Amino acid sequence: MSAVTHEDLHDHHDHGPAKGFLRWVFTTNHKDIGTLYLTTALIMFFVGGAMSLVIRAELFQPGLQFVDPGFFNQMTTLHALIMVFGAVMPAFAGLANWMIPIMIGAPDMALPRLNNWSFWLLPFAFALLASTLFMDGGAPAAGWTLYPPLVLQGGNNLPFAIFSIHLLGISSIMAAINIIVTIFNMRAPGMTMMKLPMFVWTWLITAFLLILVMPVFAGAVTMLLTDKFFGTSFFNAAGGGDPVLYQHLFWFFGHPEVYILILPSFGVVSQIIPTFARKPLFGYSSMVYATASIGLLSFVVWAHHQYTVGMPLAGELYFTYATMLIAVPTGVKVFNWVATMWKGAMTFETPMLFAIAFVVLFTFGGFTGLMMSISPADLQYHDTYFIVAHFHYVLVPGAVFALIAATYFWLPKWTGHMYDERLGKLHFWLTAISVNVLFFPQHFSGLAGMPRRIPDYAVQFAEFNAMSSIGAFIFGFSQLIFVYVIIKAIRGGQPATDEVWEGAAEHGLEWQLPSPPPYHSWEVAPLVK
Amino acid sequence: MERTKLLLGAAALGLVGNAHAEYALNLTRGVTQLSRDIYDLHMYILWVCVAIGVIVYGLLTYSVLHHRKSKGVVPATFHENTKLEVVWTVIPFLILLAMAVPATKVMIEAYDTSASDMTVKVTGYQWKWRYTYLDDGIDFFSTLDAKSNEARQLGSKINPETVEHYLLNVDHPLVVPVNKKIRFVFTAADVIHSWWVPALGWKKDTIPGFVTEAWARIDEPGVYRGQCAELCGRDHGFMPIVVEAKSEADYQAWLATQKAQTTAKADEAVTAASKSFTLPELMAKGEAVYNANCAACHQANGEGIPGNFPAIKGSPVALGPIDEHLSIVAKGKGAMMPGFSKTLDKVDIAAVVTYQRNGFGNDKGDLLQPSQVPSEN
Ligand SMILES: [Cu+2]
Repeated sequence: MSAVTHEDLHDHHDHGPAKGFLRWVFTTNHKDIGTLYLTTALIMFFVGGAMSLVIRAELFQPGLQFVDPGFFNQMTTLHALIMVFGAVMPAFAGLANWMIPIMIGAPDMALPRLNNWSFWLLPFAFALLASTLFMDGGAPAAGWTLYPPLVLQGGNNLPFAIFSIHLLGISSIMAAINIIVTIFNMRAPGMTMMKLPMFVWTWLITAFLLILVMPVFAGAVTMLLTDKFFGTSFFNAAGGGDPVLYQHLFWFFGHPEVYILILPSFGVVSQIIPTFARKPLFGYSSMVYATASIGLLSFVVWAHHQYTVGMPLAGELYFTYATMLIAVPTGVKVFNWVATMWKGAMTFETPMLFAIAFVVLFTFGGFTGLMMSISPADLQYHDTYFIVAHFHYVLVPGAVFALIAATYFWLPKWTGHMYDERLGKLHFWLTAISVNVLFFPQHFSGLAGMPRRIPDYAVQFAEFNAMSSIGAFIFGFSQLIFVYVIIKAIRGGQPATDEVWEGAAEHGLEWQLPSPPPYHSWEVAPLVK
Repeated sequence: MERTKLLLGAAALGLVGNAHAEYALNLTRGVTQLSRDIYDLHMYILWVCVAIGVIVYGLLTYSVLHHRKSKGVVPATFHENTKLEVVWTVIPFLILLAMAVPATKVMIEAYDTSASDMTVKVTGYQWKWRYTYLDDGIDFFSTLDAKSNEARQLGSKINPETVEHYLLNVDHPLVVPVNKKIRFVFTAADVIHSWWVPALGWKKDTIPGFVTEAWARIDEPGVYRGQCAELCGRDHGFMPIVVEAKSEADYQAWLATQKAQTTAKADEAVTAASKSFTLPELMAKGEAVYNANCAACHQANGEGIPGNFPAIKGSPVALGPIDEHLSIVAKGKGAMMPGFSKTLDKVDIAAVVTYQRNGFGNDKGDLLQPSQVPSEN
């Protein structure tokens, strides 16, 4: 594809990173900022995970053993907010920062100072959110969807949570702008749009989704704020407003948001499978079009989260049909991944194992998603553990597996050392088995009639909840292996070659740079043929 | 993969031991034509998904088993096939059409609330249900039964297994006749709730300030249980629903006793409203009214939840002028404090105001007689 020329063309002196802690505060380097994002995400993954273990401990048996129901609601709310905004989104932003410039042959992101700012807003946003735990009345407890009027019953936690969301929104929008500008302007000669790696394509579309929906979310929560503190009645029927209006605004953001979490996962898996199948990605252009159609469709299906609010019949039917349509491009993606594996010469290193598990289990979550798109059936499924199972299947063995796969895949490139393959595989098997013990039984408890977001339940749901809780604890503690493997690889290990994986050099520019890459990634743009 | 999951499931079940006899794996078929149509639709989509799953997972498994480098495979180089790609776009589209047609039929059925025989208004409260029979003037609240309520307290040490219908039992069930088309209209007094009885096949959100509707025609007499399905605050998990479907004759008999009781209660209330009560009488009654209506937010000890719900203990309202105190209880205040003039009678209001002024160590010393409570509607 290209030749790296290591000649010393640069006339400026090659200033490396600053020393010590300030390096991380002032950095404008895409790899440093990527590392900051990824580290933050990993920490928040454990914070949100600890909250889910509080939930699963309480649900292990019927009866209330550990926490007050009010605190339980705070845990479900914060768990979701932290996992979505603190773990998965920053993790993908970290991958984008690290990999997009390298994958398109650029020296850095287009707007490095903006990049620094978009990261450094995050710690302040999370501090605001976490501070609510220590307030009178506790943290927000109305669920991550923050539906009024319930959410307005919260005390001072509400403005803190909302300002936190504003900061997160500003951060995401700036990151998205940076990614779009980088992809449009910083590509190496010959890197045409239809040659972009799938990970870059999926992030480009994700960035557009972010810019379009984050302002809607910020607006909706601001309306909550004025309803509570400034006497407006956007969502208050007594003043001529409508509580369901909030739900429409929220899900106009919320549905694209779930694709913001999953499209980059599609991208990651589309990088990994061809590498380990030693075969080009099947149907590259249909992958691009499928991603774009999923992105577009995501804007016109939001009310399938609201089939029980009493929409007019025509509305129910429209949202049913539109939602079902998403199955077509999603199916295309799955078929393409299987076709990529077909007649390849596969090996099963840890990233490939996670990627294959992603295809299997994400598809499974896709099936339950299709079931729930059917509005009359959803009159039963809605707000039960069936949906809890569904969205955890697409987000945990979906998005989170993609993130783990990406980490193993690119870790040797980032650190210059191979990770411990034996521990990686152990991590995979423990994770893949426990995730199913954790979430699979929830399909049954949901169908059998267990509503979501309850701290205690009727005794006929006891078996499935006990299984889920056991799975949750195994899953949670297995992730410590992951942290250990990462730290071990950072500290040392067998040196990684430039291409890291056999034949990977054919699958992307990142495998043509040294491992680890130089501080300014591509100082001389590679020529892509 | 599926097989592995089933095996895993079975293993984990064994691990937990003594599986409860009642546990179920699937949706209930329910007791209405609509619920059975929804069940059939559910099974139909489920089998379609299983069929697609078998093909996709089958191909994937075959590929993983055979297309391995360790088997000396030389990787193929193909990377597109327009014909194949068109086929796997068009076929799923056709499968979706085959799902959309029955889905549309069932949804139309679910929305047809016309030609009903009777109407029940359901109002969601934090955290109980109110049932109003619009045709017969019967009106009552339905809350979690006392035994479940005792057992569900944090650290109660009562084993839920020993409580019959733990968390799924109420003091006053909704009683309805079989074979009648019942139209339900839903609304809420505070936040959004959702009324869900799986045996009826649906749930419907109850939204403050708005009315939603749904219907059911129950085939078999029986007791059908459900729960609030929309997060509605601290005790969301503790507002069950019980529907008792009776034969027409039994239902009419129930209706007659209810009507007689309603009249008797109204007469009693009129007499009581003109009666003069002593402080201990009002305190005793007031405590019961407080615990049923106020304690959820202001707490049984009157200390409220700082930041969310103000305390009654030592509050300027309970220790201030009695007229203003009465006005807040009767008419409500702000978005969160509902007025109780429509849900409580004069005696109840007088009692609870008196209780709030003299309980929790407030010891204000004055009391409110029912005759001092202004008439409402
Ligand atoms: Cu409720």
